Amino acid sequence: MSTQRQIPKEGASDLDREQRLVQLRAQAELRGKVTAAGIRPAGAPFPVASPETGYYGIPLLKQPSWTWEVPLYFFVGGAAGAAAVMGAIASYTGADPKLVRDARWIAAAGAVISPALLVADLGRPERFLAMMRVFKPRSPMSIGVWTLLGFSGAAAATAFAEFVRERYGPSLPVRVMENAGQALSLAFGLPFSNYTGVLIGATAIPVWNQNAGDLPIHFGASGVGAAVGLLELMGHQKSRALQTLGLGAALFECWEGWRIESRQSAGLDPLKHGASGWMVRAGGVLSGPLPLALRALSLASGGDRSRTFRRWAGISALAGSLITRVAWVQAGHASARDWRQPLGIEDQDSLTQ
Amino acid sequence: MSVTAFLTDSTLCIGCKACEVACKEWNGVAEDGFNWSGFSYDNTGALGASTWRHVKFVEHAPEAGFGGNAAEVNSWTFSSDVCKHCEHAGCLEACPTGALVRTEFGGVFLQPDVCNGCGYCVVTCPFGVVARNEEDGRAFKCTFCYDRQKAGLVPACAKACPTESIQFGELGHLQQKARVRVRDLHERGMNDAELYDASGSSVGGTHAMFIVRGDVRSYNLPPKPEVPTVYLKKAWGASALAAGVLLAGSLLAFLMERRSE
Repeated sequence: MSTQRQIPKEGASDLDREQRLVQLRAQAELRGKVTAAGIRPAGAPFPVASPETGYYGIPLLKQPSWTWEVPLYFFVGGAAGAAAVMGAIASYTGADPKLVRDARWIAAAGAVISPALLVADLGRPERFLAMMRVFKPRSPMSIGVWTLLGFSGAAAATAFAEFVRERYGPSLPVRVMENAGQALSLAFGLPFSNYTGVLIGATAIPVWNQNAGDLPIHFGASGVGAAVGLLELMGHQKSRALQTLGLGAALFECWEGWRIESRQSAGLDPLKHGASGWMVRAGGVLSGPLPLALRALSLASGGDRSRTFRRWAGISALAGSLITRVAWVQAGHASARDWRQPLGIEDQDSLTQ
Repeated sequence: MSVTAFLTDSTLCIGCKACEVACKEWNGVAEDGFNWSGFSYDNTGALGASTWRHVKFVEHAPEAGFGGNAAEVNSWTFSSDVCKHCEHAGCLEACPTGALVRTEFGGVFLQPDVCNGCGYCVVTCPFGVVARNEEDGRAFKCTFCYDRQKAGLVPACAKACPTESIQFGELGHLQQKARVRVRDLHERGMNDAELYDASGSSVGGTHAMFIVRGDVRSYNLPPKPEVPTVYLKKAWGASALAAGVLLAGSLLAFLMERRSE
């Protein structure tokens, strides 16, 4: 299905076909080979099916049918989940109420955007509710949907209750709603911040399932980095707790980058080569070493300069998190296109067309 | 109700594609483009949303005993591919809507009135069978002619097959039949004939079995398919670890900040 087909489309006239054939023959005479599928000049190697070339190099696996909403959902959900956890812990430990409020607002914004993105990606968005027919513990997608549902409700309720309390003064039902909402957004936020790593890890796509044990940690750290970055951009550039968490996330991302680069396996090629490889690297540098260095500089300097470094560290981590999610989805596409992997064919240069 | 199966014997297939046509006609499946692929006489390429039976044309260097060709002409075999209806089906486990179900005949059936097109089955099928129809939005695959089976009929592809290359019957019976057939082929000197049913893997066997000659990789059949649920333990373990580190890290970070104030 995904082989290249550039030759006459439906409804093309005989004349078009003839002209295309003439073009191809001219190309064959000039270059000695034709790259278009379909018509091969005499003497060109015929494609064969063999243990080395697979089935004409036609990919066995299907590429993900997901659209751009999905990597964006991974990014938004990761940041929102981590922000909810940080907000709840900050509240329990009696940290700056403004930081707590901002964290809750990030979580609430994510709680609204995430379901919208997820629904928009469906082939039949009006049937979103079909996901609520069942709960399947062995399906990461099913667990994820229920986690998202719980998280969205809890995070939105928390932010709403706080808004009502600040505007109309405290009352018992509002306080109950705020506290219960916060406890639930902590409980749901923890898995919500990293389950997307499980979602793509437990699939048939080689580059994803070969990293099934790394992806949740990688995505979790990426979400923490993004949440810290957002909070810092919202003006919390003096919080030492955020600095610590940002440093921790950057360190984890450095470790993850090292894990990707140091392991040798043909299945990891999409993380190192081609467009997806460059995206993974760009996302890795922006999430790991760069914010780490900027935070170190921020610690070493004082006053305005320190805050400037922190702001740039936050921006870098945010961009890195977004690029990382897009890059991993792209790597999945590249991996599905690689017909050698699922067939266990190692030689990379066996089919030269 | 007995558990049913397909046995597709590539040594009997003549590449007529009657199964593809019968499948499309019975199930009302759309055409998938009239294009030349350049890969032997296979212009379909792979199974997909609009291709539920797909005849592979495995063409290779001249080899005696393959198709009875002259020495200067490429040899070939044909094999009709179909959804494997796995014992442990990745798509069935992954489906978050319950649209994919196991029927009373043991097949894996996708209920089109439930599917909401989330696309998770597409990436969890180790055989690359399920695909989303981008115009329709939903995922589609072979139904094992559930409607025909319910009415006591043979699936359309098996019914149309003129050489009985596609056989339909009770699973245990066909497994027995396949073993006898492979032994028979070996006795006739076709020592490279083998049964492919993924029984040694985490897929746990398939309800669509294939007898192929030569390396299964040239038929685009994965030598070691894995049902993606085998990665769940590792992935959820890592998820729990990441959540624990986030919880402990946040607590530590905010408590340290409080103490230093």
